[in-house]
Amino acid sequence: MLSNVLLTKIPKSAKSTTGATTTTTGCSVIKGKLSSSGIIADSVIKNQTTILGGAAAILSATRSYATSPNSNFLDKKEPLFDKILIANRGEITCRVINTARKLGIKTVAVHSEADKYAMHVGMADEAYLIGPAQSTESYLSIPKVIQAAKQSGAQAIHPGYGFLSENADFATQLATENITFIGPPAAAIIAMGSKSESKKIMEAAKVPVVPGYHGENQDPGFLESQADQIGYPVLIKAIKGGGGKGMRIVETKKDFKDMLESAKREAMKSFGDDQVLVEKYLTTPRHVEVQIFADKFGNAVHLFERDCSVQRRHQKIIEEAPAPNLDKEVRDMLGKSAVRAAKAVNYVGAGTVEFIMDSLTNQFYFMEMNTRLQVEHPVTEMITNTDLVHWQLEVAAGNPLPLAQQDQIKLDGHAFEARIYAENPKNGFLPDTGKLVHLRTPMPSSLVTNVRVETGVKEGDEISVFYDPMIAKLVVKGQDRRSALRILKSALGQYQIVGPHTNIDFLKRLASSPDFIAGNVETGFIDKHKDELFSKVGLENEAMGYERLSQVALSAILKNNKSLNNSSGRNSTSFSPWDNPQNAMFQPNTLGKSVIPLLVDDNIKYKVAVTFKQPPKIYDIEIYKACLDNTSTTVPSILDNLITKNDTKVAEFTGVETTWTATTTPHSSQGINLHNNSGTMISNIGGRKLNSTIVYSSSGSSKDNVAVFDNGIGGDLDTLHVKLLIDQPSEYYSSIEIDQQHAASTNGGGRGKAKEGEITAPMSSRITQIPVKPGQKVEPGMVLIIVEAMKMENIIRAQSAGYVGEIFCGVGDLADEGQVLLSIEADKSPPSPKDTTSAANGDC
Amino acid sequence: MYQSIVNAKGGYPRLLGSAVLPHLGRHLPSSRTQAYLFGHISQARGYAVIPNTVNTRSKEFKENAENMNELIKELDKDISKVLEGGGEKPREKHVSRGKLLPRDRIKNLLDASSPFLELSQMAGYKLYDDEVPAGGIITGIGRIEGVECMVVANDATVKGGTYYPITVKKHLRAQEIAKENRLPCIYLVDSGGANLPHQADVFPDREHFGRIFYNQATMSGLGIPQIAVVMGSCTAGGAYVPAMADESIIVKNKGTIFLGGPPLVKAATGEVVTAEELGGADLHCRTSGVTDHYAVDDIHALLLARQAVANLNHQKDGQLLTKASEEPLYSSEELGGIVGSNLRRSFDVKQVIARLVDGSQFHEFKPLYGSTLVTGFAHIYGYPVGIVANNGILFSESALKGAHFIQLCAQRGIPLVFLQNITGFMVGSSAEAGGIAKNGAKLVTAVACANVPKFTVVIGGSFGAGNYGMCGRAYR
Repeated sequence: MLSNVLLTKIPKSAKSTTGATTTTTGCSVIKGKLSSSGIIADSVIKNQTTILGGAAAILSATRSYATSPNSNFLDKKEPLFDKILIANRGEITCRVINTARKLGIKTVAVHSEADKYAMHVGMADEAYLIGPAQSTESYLSIPKVIQAAKQSGAQAIHPGYGFLSENADFATQLATENITFIGPPAAAIIAMGSKSESKKIMEAAKVPVVPGYHGENQDPGFLESQADQIGYPVLIKAIKGGGGKGMRIVETKKDFKDMLESAKREAMKSFGDDQVLVEKYLTTPRHVEVQIFADKFGNAVHLFERDCSVQRRHQKIIEEAPAPNLDKEVRDMLGKSAVRAAKAVNYVGAGTVEFIMDSLTNQFYFMEMNTRLQVEHPVTEMITNTDLVHWQLEVAAGNPLPLAQQDQIKLDGHAFEARIYAENPKNGFLPDTGKLVHLRTPMPSSLVTNVRVETGVKEGDEISVFYDPMIAKLVVKGQDRRSALRILKSALGQYQIVGPHTNIDFLKRLASSPDFIAGNVETGFIDKHKDELFSKVGLENEAMGYERLSQVALSAILKNNKSLNNSSGRNSTSFSPWDNPQNAMFQPNTLGKSVIPLLVDDNIKYKVAVTFKQPPKIYDIEIYKACLDNTSTTVPSILDNLITKNDTKVAEFTGVETTWTATTTPHSSQGINLHNNSGTMISNIGGRKLNSTIVYSSSGSSKDNVAVFDNGIGGDLDTLHVKLLIDQPSEYYSSIEIDQQHAASTNGGGRGKAKEGEITAPMSSRITQIPVKPGQKVEPGMVLIIVEAMKMENIIRAQSAGYVGEIFCGVGDLADEGQVLLSIEADKSPPSPKDTTSAANGDC
Repeated sequence: MYQSIVNAKGGYPRLLGSAVLPHLGRHLPSSRTQAYLFGHISQARGYAVIPNTVNTRSKEFKENAENMNELIKELDKDISKVLEGGGEKPREKHVSRGKLLPRDRIKNLLDASSPFLELSQMAGYKLYDDEVPAGGIITGIGRIEGVECMVVANDATVKGGTYYPITVKKHLRAQEIAKENRLPCIYLVDSGGANLPHQADVFPDREHFGRIFYNQATMSGLGIPQIAVVMGSCTAGGAYVPAMADESIIVKNKGTIFLGGPPLVKAATGEVVTAEELGGADLHCRTSGVTDHYAVDDIHALLLARQAVANLNHQKDGQLLTKASEEPLYSSEELGGIVGSNLRRSFDVKQVIARLVDGSQFHEFKPLYGSTLVTGFAHIYGYPVGIVANNGILFSESALKGAHFIQLCAQRGIPLVFLQNITGFMVGSSAEAGGIAKNGAKLVTAVACANVPKFTVVIGGSFGAGNYGMCGRAYR
């Protein structure tokens, strides 16, 4: 249900369609709209009854779509599908299922082996395994998807976004199989698929396009002359390109040739086609796109624009609707241009017309049209109070648009969508993978209906390398931009993820950036504000930094996870005073004291000294910054658990009261223990109440990573990541290889060690194979001789590099223990690598 | 568990330790101390709450509290000195060798939250001409990987960790407690062996040095794990601690094990050899096989010891019906004001009991008979106990009542807690005529034969044969 909590406030301005302002809850978005004509409603009800058996809730939902623009279509109102297949995964599949469910439509999911336990599979009424994890073998396999559709009897396929959503072949094949493609006609996909083709069509339809050359002539000299004509800076872009690949910005003429070459090289590698186009590059461009919708009756409307300017790695990260700082005139022009663009290709269904807009002049140019429902469609739904998936289903079923007149669509409020990704903003936003060890989302409630979490994952799921690393979309709505931002910030503060790196903290900073708040967005925003967005605060400057560190140290002591769960006999240890947290660190006649070494942000070592006071549950805390004169922070030191005179005291809290409540051990959907250890720590530190969620996790090679989320005002702060250094050393020590050479020198007794370079028989045995020849170069680990003893084969390998000297035995010989079998000559004057290869080849 | 702890000068028991019942020193927020629940009867088994009769504003209480606090301050001062071990210089020298101090070793060995129930803290106090803080050895019970273990750590800052007679006694005492309670033993060895000037009182007798190894062997035979961590020298007799252990760990360049050190070897055979060559980690892990695990430093060694404990497959057996623990209703902070420091002044022992037991609930046994000895059932930290407490001179009736109650607890397997404040058995013609000698003997017999865990807390005087009847040291 996380993903289907939709904003449902129907605006007063929408009186023309609703006649009433209603707030609804749960998943029905547009429920409560009344038909304008009783006759229409009746006819719809009749249709639906035959299919759905008259479930009252569904009838009321369907009734709201009875508003038809033209009574001529009344008789043609087609029933919606009984069952649809969603050829996708993740949040979009869940999103589609939610609408389908609301309409009583049965859903079919397809999934790869990696997604066996994915949320979308669990939510769908039926699910089919269609192949291995690689999407080329599963989600992108047209025959497998079609087979699943046939097997399940689905009448239509919703492609979601990505995968097959803009694949014209897929749309065509579905048509021959008599399965409805919930999307535009193949012709429109093809027309908009080629960037140069689409621009030609747009020019013809009088939609402004960026000045540039989109022709076939790929001669470098010619392209350069075109660039000169357009005026620098220019953009070189692969025609088949996307996602920033095969794209180069050329600032001056002298760079053109080099940039062109590298763009073509990259395009060839990525798309198998090195055709490029050259166009005007706007220095402070905004990315503004218009949601359009068209039906099969020639109706086309727009649902206002979205601004997706703030991007990293040429990919959107935060979107909003409507676009900020845009006057009504420009907005209308944008919308009209987009509708013209859709009509130019006889578009049907949901589409997005992307424009590039000069942030200074508000001049906009057509960029491309996406012939699918986009990731960021929820912001449009928020501000227009619509359910676009529902619209898609209506259109695909052959019905007119629910709101076919442009003036029926009203702009209401302001919405943001923040994309929560598994990625590391501090490391160039590189995608990250891993298990979602801990996951808490903002909790929408009957009062908080303006927050919507669209996700396809749950705690315990894995963000894998196979698919997009997007974890969720956090969509919020406010009366205006400022209030929407405020709600966004508060919702981000409640979002807690432990496992892979995420961009949540980055988004919090973005939402607090003054320029972002002012709406001064453009595609270069992140780069321009990187100092502000990435600055390191440092624990000492961070609000409640030391308090939060104290929380970690206390939790490390109190979580007491080492307790033996040993309930043999009647004497259950659960009552043992050893398990009682109030006895933690108790020592007779002296105050128990523990020093907890912690590594903050992977580079600063702190030592937190916790003194157990009387009466129990009261602690004194001193925080020291460790002196790091000699060793690196990651190497454990025997001084870690001691306060030395070189450590500097940085904070002190006395009389800290605290309680730790452990979360019951969560299990993933696969029933596997998540190995996380989390709880809530409520403390009174220095008169201030702190409520933190503390999550211990051991992921991969690193043990005892601690994430601290503040459940109070600290929600705005960056998550504190700490590594607990207790028990950490074991890992470090296990990586130390105890000197093997030493073994040889001290190994005095027993079997005699052969002279250097001599290979001896390890035991009495028979020689079965000698795969090397005299003079052959050997590397350590290479097989020299295979012997057999006690019915077992033993492989004798080279210990060091060199050349085979003499071989003192033959296959079938019996060798005594310690007998010299072969000699290895050291590599005195190494021949050049080329010689070695030829020698090896010769031997073969 | 048979253990008694004598607190300095009748000071109130800040701790009574054991593996079963870690401590009796209880603490309550003072807001609860005024709770007045006179005659409240618990529904369970007729357990009654002991009414609070202590007037904390009386002159007597205040005087008592003040005197006691003085004693505690003195104790704290002495203890803080004991905790320092062999003093600043030896400590610095020890640390400069890259070794952890014994108490830091224990801290690293135990789970972060684990209590450490240190035993025999004051051993060796003003005993010899030399200062031997804590007897040169630290012993106590702590939790490792969730398992309660007996830790025995030599303190090399005290005369090189050599064994004085009191060191041996303390080591044996720890082993005895471990044996009775089936606690795995972890020996952190850093000792030069027997203290030669005291050899006669360390080496030959039944309860001397050799008994340590006898205990290791017999405990191992009983399935009580013996783990040794060699963190310094283990010379001569000391070499047997790791050698007798089930599993042993040695620290590179720090730990050595040999029967005779390099000077002795040179004198005996003329062979010149370094300590590390003679008995270092490399020799014993690679060649002799005396030790099982190779550690690069103290921290590593202690981690290996923790892992060794994690691999024990240790299971604690329980025989007692326990329940959730409850705090006493009245603050243990008031114990000093009740008991005081004047051994001649009597006090109501029930007020002491009320501040030790769960919910201050006490089911008194034979309350109307022999009332100078208070007996009854209670719970401490959820564990059932039988309490035997002096409340005046021991008469024949008191002794008979005590014997009866002790036999009852022994029959039921309930641990006994003795609160000693004894002036002695009654003397005089009437008492003798009443057969007090025989009746006292019955109490002594009952104590001696009761095969249940026994805890003795000296909260006042402990004179004469009453000490025996009230489970003095000789009664274990």
